[in-house]
Amino acid sequence: MATADHIKEKLIKELAAVHVDVEDTSPNRCAASFKVLVVSPQFEGKALLQRHRMVNTCLAEELKEIHAFEQKTLTPEQWEKQMSQ
Amino acid sequence: MNSLLRSTARCLRSGAAVCLPRQADGRAWPASARFLCAAADLQKDLSEMVKKDKVVVFMKGTPAQPMCGFSNAVVQILRMHGVDNYAAYNVLEDQDLRQGVKVFSNWPTIPQVYFNGEFVGGCDILLQMHQNGDLVEELKKLGIQSALLDAEKESK
Repeated sequence: MATADHIKEKLIKELAAVHVDVEDTSPNRCAASFKVLVVSPQFEGKALLQRHRMVNTCLAEELKEIHAFEQKTLTPEQWEKQMSQ
Repeated sequence: MNSLLRSTARCLRSGAAVCLPRQADGRAWPASARFLCAAADLQKDLSEMVKKDKVVVFMKGTPAQPMCGFSNAVVQILRMHGVDNYAAYNVLEDQDLRQGVKVFSNWPTIPQVYFNGEFVGGCDILLQMHQNGDLVEELKKLGIQSALLDAEKESK
């Protein structure tokens, strides 16, 4: 079952994420929808599309049930920078 | 095969979005040998569809009438850059297309954007490219001058 907690756990486990925010945006839409922020050193040196595909692969099972999905993928460095702005 | 060509042609002429009847869970009717053959044909059609035009978008609804916030965002971003001449395929009109394009791109959601036959990403990626200036660069590579560059020049 795709729940925010389950998604968060998976991302942390499989992508060595140092920070994950999962927002359940389903109330805004008519079906299971999520917005995630994933911060992982594994994204280092990878193009945006590659990063998103990594997340998609990690959540392949859940995405079958999810209707809408937004994601933001940052390296720890990018995240630090964003937070300090 | 003919019905696939016709449904592809329908996408090209897409006007009003038409919702086709589907199963309760939104999937197309179950596989049979005929369906599997049609699915393979669709994959072939898709590889041609994404190459036929410089900018190709698979979306929900049409550029004139998007039927989803994410699809609308893609349309708005392209419009901001002055990209009005692109191929837009409405997946709501064709459940085979809706499912087939996800298999073809190996991407779970709609909208999907292609530049020069190459998959770019969905709404998130296009938005980030727009915000960090990459979109202007990518359009340049396609031989498209972003309208935002002209706007910049005018303001100087």
